[in-house]
Amino acid sequence: MEKIYQTKVNNSKVVSAKPETIKFLLDYSKSLNITEAKGIKFENILN
Amino acid sequence: MIQELEDSQLVKYYMNGNERAIEVLINRHNARLTGFIYSKVGDRELTEDIFQDTFMKVIRTLKRGAYNEEGKFLPWVMRIAHNLIIDHFRKSNRMPMCDGTDSFSIFSLMGDEKLNAEKQLIKEQIDTDLARMIKELPEDQQEVLEMRLYKDMSFKEISENTGVSINTALGRMRYALINLRKLVEANSIVLTN
Repeated sequence: MEKIYQTKVNNSKVVSAKPETIKFLLDYSKSLNITEAKGIKFENILN
Repeated sequence: MIQELEDSQLVKYYMNGNERAIEVLINRHNARLTGFIYSKVGDRELTEDIFQDTFMKVIRTLKRGAYNEEGKFLPWVMRIAHNLIIDHFRKSNRMPMCDGTDSFSIFSLMGDEKLNAEKQLIKEQIDTDLARMIKELPEDQQEVLEMRLYKDMSFKEISENTGVSINTALGRMRYALINLRKLVEANSIVLTN
């Protein structure tokens, strides 16, 4: 019998954030420090 | 294993200082969130920027302890992303982007309001000439002209300040201009930039 079925090819690309972006976010998270003084929260970026 | 924990537990871990928890959360929702943003903005670079801004906001909120476990983590993140997308479109509507092409440069339409060096020199020359000519005028005309041109005062204010009527002030201004024109013609001065 003639082969009439074709294999399905999924052409849609899965988009996801680049590793550099993820690394930036993780570094940002590690460097972000929140301190609280007299009820006010201060954000510091520690190098 | 930390990867098997639920979002809510990872959030708690992260809020208690476990940095690995946020890594798992970001990686877990990376494709879904990126796909969501990309479906709205249709631009790869912009998607990356909004993704980054979304998680920066998430990180700040969690670190500040301002997150409340009322809803689920992912819908909350999606809502932040959604708001940032709206902000982006609002901003780009106010300030439309215009990219140049090979045959058209946006800089051909944009001008610098500052005068170039040559025009600046000419302007300074004109200002100096004008100031010198004003000094040649009779004192009462000089006074009215300076108040009107340099101090931007109305004729009512000029009349109050000089103690003359408005009509006199107007008359002095008129004669000041006539005399200035005569001086310009007599000295062949060009007062245009």
